[in-house]
Amino acid sequence: MRDRLFIIIAGSAVGLLAVVLVAQGNPVNMGFCIACFVRDVAGGLGLHRAGVVQYLRPEIMGLIIGAFITAFYVREFKSTGGSSPVLRFALGMLMMAGALIFLGCPLRMVLRLAGGDWNALVALPGYVLGVWFGTLFLRKGFTLGRSSEQSPVNGYTGPFIAVVLLVLLVAAPAYIFFSEEGPGSMAAPLALALGAGLLVGVLAQRTRLCTMGAIRDVILFKDFHLFSGFIAILIVAFAGNLLTGYFNPGFIGQPVAHVSSLWNFLGMTVVGLAAVLAGGCPMRQLILTGEGQGDALVTVLGMGAGAAFMHNFGLAGSPAGVSPAGQWIVFISLALLAVIGFGNIKKRAAAKKQERAKAS
Amino acid sequence: MSELFDCRGLSCPEPVMQARQALQQAAESRVTVLVSNAVARDNVARTAKTLGWQVDIEEDGEDYRLSIWK
Repeated sequence: MRDRLFIIIAGSAVGLLAVVLVAQGNPVNMGFCIACFVRDVAGGLGLHRAGVVQYLRPEIMGLIIGAFITAFYVREFKSTGGSSPVLRFALGMLMMAGALIFLGCPLRMVLRLAGGDWNALVALPGYVLGVWFGTLFLRKGFTLGRSSEQSPVNGYTGPFIAVVLLVLLVAAPAYIFFSEEGPGSMAAPLALALGAGLLVGVLAQRTRLCTMGAIRDVILFKDFHLFSGFIAILIVAFAGNLLTGYFNPGFIGQPVAHVSSLWNFLGMTVVGLAAVLAGGCPMRQLILTGEGQGDALVTVLGMGAGAAFMHNFGLAGSPAGVSPAGQWIVFISLALLAVIGFGNIKKRAAAKKQERAKAS
Repeated sequence: MSELFDCRGLSCPEPVMQARQALQQAAESRVTVLVSNAVARDNVARTAKTLGWQVDIEEDGEDYRLSIWK
């Protein structure tokens, strides 16, 4: 019961901080969007040249460092890795591809919903469908294999990258790109954004808050633990938006969104399936990176590469909709996810035992 | 004799799925699950308790040994 209360508090904090960040300058319905922010970081580093989405978002660094400090403090920091890194990189790319078709990670989908953007209401069943597909693979025995313990240097790499990004943000050298217009130019003050990231990093590390796990555990185990955090984000952000005047219901004219329902739906199906196979939503990958998991860091790097790929080749969605090439990417992503899913099914020990019992 | 399930290096939900399957078809009244991260430790323990089993947890070097019994 104490755990349940704690995760509701964590979800509420995410919802509340998201509203505060928007009120203080972040794009509307984008208090937090891990996919958007990783994309902005990739742009800030010049990995893509979409001029309107370039900024070293301090929320990202805060999440990693917050989780790192907490994990270290509670002795859960552990340097691990080596579980299908290539496929995890690919899953990160695919997760980002789907998110940039819809224009948001699952967390932003919840925040868009809380702001009255009904396009997110179309995307939600798509996301649930993707997670459900993922659970079918899990039930069949999908696994990316065991990770193993690695030298501490591996585990410290993620938090180190976060600190370097923070230094680059503060120093703002000429070779770092900062948007002068568009969503990338809209940002809450650095200290506030960093503080919000740190706080959510701490809470998410302790509670294991995950927008994919929330749906997955309900489908697999009828376990509503993570789901209660998911709902808390929605309710508190909704209430906050109502109070601050950011609740603006409708389909058309929503900020950083498009109205192509099919692509909103399928984009999030890609994200849901990729997140199950990768073992966590984009936010959870950042938290695990802070805990020293090299596999999660590889996934995050894949997300960054995916963002660069999507923008450099004109595949990402925009308020105008999804380009024909972007539409193809959705189907290609689903096909690749199916290959990864079917290609990594292994029988589990318990299932093998059952078969042996039948045979004898 | 207790059955042993080695879930070290696996991340959730895999250890939980293995443990559930093992507990639901357990021939013995004692099952041991090895896990290597705190998330799996907490989740497997919670699952076992939900299914009506008792859980003892001990640290085993860098890993955790969950003795599940009823």
